[in-house]
Amino acid sequence: MTIKLGIPSKGRLMDKTFDWFAARGITLKQTGAEREYSGAVEGIDGVELVLLSASEIPRELAAGRIHLGVTGSDLVRDKLVGWDTKIGELSVMGFGHADLIIAVPKAWVDVDNLDDLDAAASAFRKRHGFRLRIATKYHHLVHEFLKANGVADYQLVDSQGATEGTVKNLTAEVVADITSTGETLRANHLKILTCEPVHKSQATLFKSRTAPWSDADRATMFELKQKLDLGD
Amino acid sequence: MPLKTMPKSRVRAEAARLKTYFEGLGAVDVETDILLPAEVLLDLYGEDIRHRAYVTNDPARGEMMLRPDFTVPVVQTHMDSGADPARYTYAGEVFRKQDDLLDRAAEYIQVGYEVFDGSNPAAADAEVFAAFSDILSPLGLRAATGDIGILMAAVRGLKTTETRRNALLRHIWRPRRFRALMNRYSVKGAEMREENFARVRANMAANNAPAIGLRTETEILDRVMALSTDAAEPSISSSEIELLNDILSLKETVPHVLSALRDIAVDMDAILPAVNQLRARVDALDARGVDVENLEFETAYGRTSMEYYDGFVFGFYAEGRADLPPVATGGRYDALTSVLGHGRSIPAVGGVMRPAMILAVQEGAL
Repeated sequence: MTIKLGIPSKGRLMDKTFDWFAARGITLKQTGAEREYSGAVEGIDGVELVLLSASEIPRELAAGRIHLGVTGSDLVRDKLVGWDTKIGELSVMGFGHADLIIAVPKAWVDVDNLDDLDAAASAFRKRHGFRLRIATKYHHLVHEFLKANGVADYQLVDSQGATEGTVKNLTAEVVADITSTGETLRANHLKILTCEPVHKSQATLFKSRTAPWSDADRATMFELKQKLDLGD
Repeated sequence: MPLKTMPKSRVRAEAARLKTYFEGLGAVDVETDILLPAEVLLDLYGEDIRHRAYVTNDPARGEMMLRPDFTVPVVQTHMDSGADPARYTYAGEVFRKQDDLLDRAAEYIQVGYEVFDGSNPAAADAEVFAAFSDILSPLGLRAATGDIGILMAAVRGLKTTETRRNALLRHIWRPRRFRALMNRYSVKGAEMREENFARVRANMAANNAPAIGLRTETEILDRVMALSTDAAEPSISSSEIELLNDILSLKETVPHVLSALRDIAVDMDAILPAVNQLRARVDALDARGVDVENLEFETAYGRTSMEYYDGFVFGFYAEGRADLPPVATGGRYDALTSVLGHGRSIPAVGGVMRPAMILAVQEGAL
């Protein structure tokens, strides 16, 4: 048996993950052609590399089809209800930092915080006859956040990409999205609310609580934890 | 037998028994659809219902929802029937996502009793509570009661602007934001209100961003004006804030609460009609044999979980099991019927119970 380690199949997140493991004496590499999704692990026996889309890793971990996985904490918390019953956090990895934030048009001089947003939502609904629309793909996290803060009279509309453009395109009034530098937001004449972010995300190594762990897997895991300096 | 493995046939039989009991009290049996148009429910309850209910999509009908509760379809049935007064009972499945409490059932059977009778609200409140209390009495449950109408009356009577009163009323069911608003409008919030307006003035001076989106410049300026007015407006007096706090913290047996409220009403006569309504309800409960001397009352009861109730509220709980959902809940929801009836007033009070919970309590198998 082997431990299956799922990591993002492309981009900076994959490269940084390779670097992170390499710095700890474990070499992960893509095998075959550059775009072929197969990989190898050197420096430890009994670990198999599985290349996956970052957004599928939470689901695969929860289902126990992979033992370990690297993905953003935002995806785990948004996509998996009761995530900590299915998945454990082994280590934050110090890269892939991004905040899930709420942004409004910069021209909204009257809105800087959640109090303002709530008041604007109330007036907006009275005036337009429907609830203020917040475009996002992080429905669960954003709803929990706004509920905890008592914001009312809004609705979440789904946006899987180019979320910053929804305001200009009149499909939403507000956006809730991941940002690292805020540059795209500024370019689209949006400003971030001054409250704490909805979620501070970074690349994290997770462990599945539902995957089958044989004795051999446990032994491998013990060795891996030593190499990665993870403690228990 | 644990709740989860309770055979559905037993739950159905218990539901039928309860429904027969309500029919005996003069209720007409009503059936409603399970698949409901989402629009009405979303408009009423907002984003919260989307995260509690199962929403599905039909290319022809648009968004549909698996019945999250019976209230809306029963009220709609009632409005179509034109009967007045009317009493209804029903039994069937409701569906709720349990994101935070994964061990709770996502599908369970409810039985309900609803009274649409505006002639004597206190009597109707008492009728529903007594009906529930009587049938549940062998289970030895703890009854909790409250009245959102008292807090609402207190807010409506505040000596401040209409805008502030409306803002507070809008957040009656969100205690955290209600508290934040109370602080902002109080004496200690005066500085915060000035800072708010100063911040917005600074934003205006620095603003060079293009207007984008549906929210217009007029709407933005209206809010700026509102902040300016609010900054200039005198604070809500400390004595009124204190009275609100006193009202919110009341948690005692009914007779004690009544006497405390009468004291508060001396300084805040706006709550007198609501207090008199409570007294009339207590008399009506007493007349129906409810032990009002020992009945618990909490002004803030139901504030977080029962958004559409705006008067009398009640619940029945298995003693010592705060982790379990209530066996029964109910209350008055005149505001909801007024929204559904487009302003037409249809006074309504009712409640639901969960037959599976009743069976589980009976067996002492929780």
